[in-house]
Order: sequence, then structure tokens, then C-alpha cells
Amino acid sequence: MDAVTSAPARTILICSGKGGVGKTTLTANLGIALAKLGQSVAVLDADFGLRNLDLLLGLENRIVYTAQEVLAESCRLDQALVKHKQEPNLSLLPAGNPRMLEWLTPEDMQKIVGMLAERFDYVLIDAPAGVEQGFKNAAAAAGEAIVVTNPEVSAVRDADRVIGLLNSMGVTPVQLILNRVRPKMMASQEMLSVDEVSDLLALPLLGLVVEDEQVIVSTNRGEPLTLNNANSPAGRGYSNIARRLGGEAVPLIDPSKERQGLRSRLMNKIRKTTGLF
Amino acid sequence: MTLLDFINRLLGRQKPSGTLARQRLQLVLAHDRSDLNPELLEQMRREILEVVQRYVEIDLESCDVSLETEDRVTALLANLPIKRTREVPLPRSEESAAEGGADAPSPQAEADEAAGGGASERHGEGEEAPAPTSVPAESPPQS
Ligand SMILES: Nc1ncnc2c1ncn2[C@@H]1O[C@H](COP(=O)(O)OP(=O)(O)O)[C@@H](O)[C@H]1O
Ligand SMILES: [Mg+2]
Repeated sequence: MDAVTSAPARTILICSGKGGVGKTTLTANLGIALAKLGQSVAVLDADFGLRNLDLLLGLENRIVYTAQEVLAESCRLDQALVKHKQEPNLSLLPAGNPRMLEWLTPEDMQKIVGMLAERFDYVLIDAPAGVEQGFKNAAAAAGEAIVVTNPEVSAVRDADRVIGLLNSMGVTPVQLILNRVRPKMMASQEMLSVDEVSDLLALPLLGLVVEDEQVIVSTNRGEPLTLNNANSPAGRGYSNIARRLGGEAVPLIDPSKERQGLRSRLMNKIRKTTGLF
Repeated sequence: MTLLDFINRLLGRQKPSGTLARQRLQLVLAHDRSDLNPELLEQMRREILEVVQRYVEIDLESCDVSLETEDRVTALLANLPIKRTREVPLPRSEESAAEGGADAPSPQAEADEAAGGGASERHGEGEEAPAPTSVPAESPPQS
């Protein structure tokens, strides 16, 4: 965060519409992965109602001040920022009291994000679920957005609402991340495919993260996968997303096509030769 | 997937649920994006059918007017199978209303129109037949 940055910071909203699809997990993992690539990163918990980013990063015991005190000018920004010990390129600006929701305006969010943008390469904003004022405040402060969704009907529908709002607010680019992908189910067509979701939402795909038990283990520990276990299936997904975000051309491999089981290969063959279904 | 599911799919009896999910989403996203409420959509559908029926006889049973969306562009698609072209188009509803001097269409004509059946045959018979009338928004949706 002490780096002298020439290029303007990238301020990226991480949102989804539906809750529980993996926004906060993504913010923590992407933040660490970008920091490991040598970027200075601030992660901002904009989910004031249900803050969790501190917990996923293992920083919950080190919070003194929050965005609330920074806005009230009762502390300086650097007093509120919590620097990650193992990955000092990353700092967290914690969410304030849930009652902030009552008075926070889009201008307040723009002010906070503007302050962060002066000192970091990346500002990742962990948005609240929903399409109400909390989301709109956060979106007003972002230059670009990542929409996280799961390959499920309700998550995709809610994502679509959010994309409509982002478009009308002029946030661009908006990119898609598909989380909790189950390759086997996709291969047997019992789950929306990667292409289907990105076609339905008409968004470019920034990356995929598979369903992975290690995500739970890592949240239990307060250590994002990208910190110590970047080679786990989900960890690789998060790391690749970080590299693509930085402009690297990391190929996107559809895991459902990569390791198809014998049965689904057989099914595909039957489908193709008979045209039955 | 259970063995039974597998057999059903092998026999083409059952679509995989992923395909169903996509088809259902295509429909629901088209509606969400257009922001047209079902009532307005139904009214529009009826008026479109009315206009088309002046020129051709259409197979009302298999008519389909729906919203579709691709690349965030929503389109109204109408699939109206034509039974027969009319030699002379039927008069417009306002014209006929003006001719007949009736401000309000008779409730019976409205009901017939909403039911959608038999309209074309009646119109084909003679000039005396009541022309399609515009349907007020509060009339029950056709199903
Ligand atoms: N790729 C994944 N594999 C397995 N579990 C996941 C994955 N991503 C997220 N989860 C789990 O889903 C839950 C919701 O994630 P979270 O990041 O809190 O969602 P959100 O911030 O969108 O509400 C958490 O319990 C998290 O551990
Ligand atoms: Mg969250």
C-alpha cells in the first residue's frame, strides 16, 4: 500500500444478487492471489449488514476501527486498515456497524473507495446480496464488476437482475465467475453448463471455481485457499482468475469436458449417433 | 442420476435437468428483462391476433406469441400458422365501430373475442358480422 502507483486503481465490485453464492469467499481468495502476484490490494467489506470478510481472512481479532470511523473522520484511513500478516500486500477495511445502512449514501461509498484507490492497485468491494440500497451504494463506487453465480436457476436469475442494474448504472466491464461447479453433474447434463450460463447472462466468463470441500476447511482456519493451498481444485480456480484479471491469457478449461466419466462419454455418443435426446 | 433416470433418458423419455433449467431460464429471463407484466403481454397478444386475423385466417389453437432473449436483447416472437388468406381484409375495428355508431362493443362480442374461437368463420360469412373489437384491459385473460 506504500507503493507509488502510476496507473489508476481498479475498483471492482464483487456481487451476485442471491446470497450465499460465494462472493465473500471469492473476495478473500482473489485479494490474496492478487497480493501474491505483487499487486497492492485493499478489500472493502461493503456488506455492512452481515459482515464476514474479516472472518474469512482470519483478521477478525485485529479490527480496531472500521469504515464508519473513517467516514466520520474520527480516525485516519491507515488506522482502520488491517494489514494481513502473511501477505502484507493485502489490507482489509472492515465494515462498520449494521446501523450504517440507515444513513450511508452512494457518495459515502465513493468517498471511501476513492481514498483506497489513491493508495492501492486494486480495490475489491465485497457487495451485500440483494438489489437494494446497500448494493446500489457499493455499485456507485465501483469502476467495474464481477458477478458471481452458481449453476442453478435461482442464482442465475438473480444475477441477471444485478447485471441489468449494473448496465443501467454504467459499470463496465462486467465479467462473470461461475462458482461451485460440479464437473460430473455438468458432464451428465444434470447441471447448467458453463457455456449455458454465460450465454444466458450474456457476460464474458472470467473464471470457474469448482465445488471443493477445501473451501470449508480454509474458512474454518481463516486462511483463504490461495494463501497456503493454492493447488487445491478451487484454489487453482481463484489463482487463475487473479492472473486473468491482470491481463494474462490463462486458458479456461471446462472441467466437465476435461474429465468426463465413461458413462457420460457413452451417453454423449448415444446422443450424437441416435439424436434421441 | 439413478438407473431409472438413465434408462428414461436413454429412451428419450426424459430431458436432462440441466437442459430443462436452461429452457426455463430463457423464458423467465425474457420476462424479467422486458418488464412487461403478464396482463399487458396478454393484451398485446390479443391485439396482435386481432390485426393479423383481419388479413388471414389463423389457426388459433396453435398460435404462439412469446418473448425470447439473446445477448440481452429481448424480442417478441409470434408464430401464427396461417390457414387461409382472406381475399379482402376485414375492416379495422375503429372503422367498423364508427360505421355501426357503437361506442361500446356489446359484451357478447367481447366474450366471443376473448374466447378466441369461431371468430374467423363468422367474419368470413358476411359484412354483418361484428368486427373484432379492442379488448379492455380488465377483461379476463384468455387461456
Ligand atoms: N467453491 C466452493 N466450494 C464449496 N463451498 C463453497 C464454495 N464457494 C463458497 N462456498 C461456501 O458457500 C457458502 C457461502 O459463501 P460466501 O462466500 O459466504 O457467499 P456470499 O458472500 O455470496 O454470501 C460458504 O459456506 C462457503 O464456504
Ligand atoms: Mg458475503
